[in-house]
Amino acid sequence: MDSETSDTPHTDRSVPHLPDGDITLVKFVVVGPLGVGKTTMIRSLSDYEPLTTDEPMTQAGEHIDRLRRMGKTETTVAMDFGRITLQPDLIVYLFGAPSQQRFQPLWDDMTSGALGAVVLADTERLEDSFQAMDRLEALGLPYVVAVNEFEGNDTYDAEELQEAFQLDPDTPLLTCDARERASSRDALVNLVLHLKDRNRRPHALQETV
Amino acid sequence: MNPGARADRAPRLVRPYAVTGGRSRPTRNTLDLITVVRVRHLPPPPVAMAPTELSPEQERVVAICRDGGLTVAEIAAQLSLPVSVTKVVVSDLVDGGLVTAQAPPPPTHLAAAYAQQTDALLERVLDGLRNL
Repeated sequence: MDSETSDTPHTDRSVPHLPDGDITLVKFVVVGPLGVGKTTMIRSLSDYEPLTTDEPMTQAGEHIDRLRRMGKTETTVAMDFGRITLQPDLIVYLFGAPSQQRFQPLWDDMTSGALGAVVLADTERLEDSFQAMDRLEALGLPYVVAVNEFEGNDTYDAEELQEAFQLDPDTPLLTCDARERASSRDALVNLVLHLKDRNRRPHALQETV
Repeated sequence: MNPGARADRAPRLVRPYAVTGGRSRPTRNTLDLITVVRVRHLPPPPVAMAPTELSPEQERVVAICRDGGLTVAEIAAQLSLPVSVTKVVVSDLVDGGLVTAQAPPPPTHLAAAYAQQTDALLERVLDGLRNL
């Protein structure tokens, strides 16, 4: 299991049905290392307690033999997600999974059709978020970096963080508290503003196909 | 089943599941995590499966979607099935005429034609988020 420590989603399974008629669904992803607060952010925003799916690793052909040799046959990777109803006919889905796992089909599922991503980072281990950024860049999926400020953690100023992440100057970098709904919402607002900005630049469209 | 069909497919997924009748890939590849699955309440088409032909998993999908739509991811989570398996089960139900699957939104890597449409969508999302 890859669920986040102290943050495991409930088993409450009541999920309201979607409204009838035409609805527009939008997908965003939250990525970052284990325990950085992805599920917390999803919980802060979701209409219902975050849901989890477990995907058996044994389905990933190339992993099977190695895992069997390791004596592991039941390894799963978990994906948490939630639903945010913005309007009766406009619904956002937020998917989260640890970035260090190598289960490509899960990443493909999560990122396919996604409009953008929030990369969550922890100031005590910024480098653990680099892999997520690399993977998103390889996919061409735009993102913002949100440093989740846990109580008692060191705080850095924006310049230090910008330097540490080596971010493209256009990529927004913000701090947030994933436990707070308004703060988590602001991370998504910044992402959408970034997407709009990017959409306006002609070169962003050249990357298509 | 079509035993020859697997060989020429990309090796993305894999080990077949008993519940999927031995297939590891859905019969249609348009199912996404946020594809909306709804039970058809209109008279089913002539090709529809008889209720007696449903597997237990197919029955469970029909049961939880009977009162309204759910996404593929929500169905997977509620039925404790892997997403890959859920896609196969849903796909068979679509083929059998018992449920409909609403296509997911256009892919991220937008063709230029989508730019305006996307901007309008982003604007709506932005308004919605600010009102949360």
